[in-house]
Amino acid sequence: MADIAQLEDMVTQVRRDIIRQVHKVNSGHPGGSLGCAEFFVALYQEVMDRKEGFDMNGEGEDLFFLSNGHISPVFYSVLARSGYFPVDELNTFRLLDSRLQGHPTTHEGLPGIRMASGSLGQGISVSLGAAAAKKLNGDKHLVYTLCGDGELQEGQNWEAIMYAAANKVDNLIVSIDLNGQQIDGSTDAVLGMGSVRAKFEAFGWDVVDVEKGNDMSAVIDGLNTAKAKTGNGKPICVLLHTIMGNGIDFMMHTHAWHGKAPNDEQLAEGLSQNPETLGDY
Amino acid sequence: MKTYTNTGNKDTRSGFGAGLEELGKKNEQVVALCADLTGSLKMDAFKANHPERFFQVGIAEANMIGMAAGMTIGGKIPFTGTFANFSTGRVYDQIRQSVAYSGKNVKICASHAGITLGEDGATHQILEDIGLMKMLPGMTVINTCDYNQTKAATLAIAEYDGPVYLRFGRPKVANFTPENGEFKIGEAVELTQGNDVTIIATGHLVWEALEAAKTLNESGISAEVINIHTIKPLDANAIIASAKKTGCVVTAEEHNYMGGLGESVARVLSENTPTPIEMVATQDTFGESGTPAQLMEKYGLNAEAIVKAATKVIARK
Ligand SMILES: Cc1ncc(C[n+]2csc(CCOP(=O)(O)OP(=O)(O)O)c2C)c(N)n1
Ligand SMILES: [Mg+2]
Repeated sequence: MADIAQLEDMVTQVRRDIIRQVHKVNSGHPGGSLGCAEFFVALYQEVMDRKEGFDMNGEGEDLFFLSNGHISPVFYSVLARSGYFPVDELNTFRLLDSRLQGHPTTHEGLPGIRMASGSLGQGISVSLGAAAAKKLNGDKHLVYTLCGDGELQEGQNWEAIMYAAANKVDNLIVSIDLNGQQIDGSTDAVLGMGSVRAKFEAFGWDVVDVEKGNDMSAVIDGLNTAKAKTGNGKPICVLLHTIMGNGIDFMMHTHAWHGKAPNDEQLAEGLSQNPETLGDY
Repeated sequence: MKTYTNTGNKDTRSGFGAGLEELGKKNEQVVALCADLTGSLKMDAFKANHPERFFQVGIAEANMIGMAAGMTIGGKIPFTGTFANFSTGRVYDQIRQSVAYSGKNVKICASHAGITLGEDGATHQILEDIGLMKMLPGMTVINTCDYNQTKAATLAIAEYDGPVYLRFGRPKVANFTPENGEFKIGEAVELTQGNDVTIIATGHLVWEALEAAKTLNESGISAEVINIHTIKPLDANAIIASAKKTGCVVTAEEHNYMGGLGESVARVLSENTPTPIEMVATQDTFGESGTPAQLMEKYGLNAEAIVKAATKVIARK
């Protein structure tokens, strides 16, 4: 059983890490990152079956691919706090010669990253490939993916979504960060997508809704429910109803903080709303 | 030596936005399409003034290019806007078949080109787009150097009938070409006259070339700086004439040396008047995160690199 309070403490620390990384270089994407903090902590601390250390092929363990690579601050924070690389390295986010590139990359060999992302819409396809390789290797472990909701507007997703159902890719769990926001405004204002649930179901996927995507217990329950559904001939989609900018009141519920860094006062305010728990880097 | 004054740093993408805003008022046929980057592309004014002629397509660049191609059937002049990477590599086949091969009057307007996009890093920093676009038969390829020239080019390409790739960038850089200057597609602009070396530059590297020429001038080397804003069709006559005069050439661009301006110039020279050439460009590498200035220095894309290349090529004469 998960110690929810302990995981929530990590989430609070991850929020600090996110805004401190972005503030330092005055660039990066805090909004989507903050909304997915519970998901990442749940996945890496509780849900995924992970080996010690990191190797590219990841045989005998679950894999995760981040399709919406711009939320790298949350990914880096949780990878570091899960032991993939020193937490202090978060200090180098987006700096010249860093392994923590603006968008995640394999190019600099950062442990925990298996595929570059940043150009949107490619993660589900990559995950399909990795899931196929797992089956060919007789490896029963799962492949997890996270996509943005705006990101779903890219057509490649729907090619992959169609393939997954037609080919019964049932060792794959794709989560969608359903925060209802993207760069130019709300997803409804930019390009209304109607019911994402109905779309996935129409394409033959099993869908799990997590109405409280920023509630640790709900996220863990949702992911465990999804896990229990694998191996039944259908790909699984988890719809995480999250709040963009969650945990920092002035960043919440708006696309304004999609890709904007807080200034000194805003950083101080954000940090005061999230007191240090595991120690700042 | 003729010198130029920076009238204040401005981003070239804002020049595009200003040009598009003006076109909106002047030309009823102009329509604009954007893929969830309206602010970054500076298309807000056009959108506000002409909501009925502005098309937000969402994060779906392939659909945007196809729609733009379709809008030309019925006489519209579509301007698409997204980052350079998503304007080219992402949608190459859509451009190839529906725009270039079909001969459609689409203006593909690409911001955040090259390494000076900065902190977002290599996934967003395309250094191959000039090559991709110039390879397409019938495609005009333009890379403007400052705010004023980008605005002028935006206006000019609306008057030209045919597919155009217009490349510009994110950072604020020197603005030094004349305000409301005339933009002639395919015509090189001689910025300084010189006898010892020709520097042929495009985009953000044009200002760096002028800075390099100043430094060279101080050590008694006179450099002829040519602004090649149109990489295709290339002004071969201007290049040949200058190379014959100075006897050696440096090219400078914010792009991979493979497939860029340098290779186009090398072809013209080797076919007509073989001349020693040095290329200031990235060396077949991806970019990375950093500030624009740090990256220009690390990847050898600034005035200092141009001076070095000039010294080297002069010794090869
Ligand atoms: C192919 C592609 N087109 C455009 C972009 C620019 N871009 C980066 S993030 C983003 C919005 C993504 O929206 P969403 O997936 O909902 O993420 P959120 O804003 O919620 O974090 C866009 C358009 C990109 N990175 N890749
Ligand atoms: Mg979103």
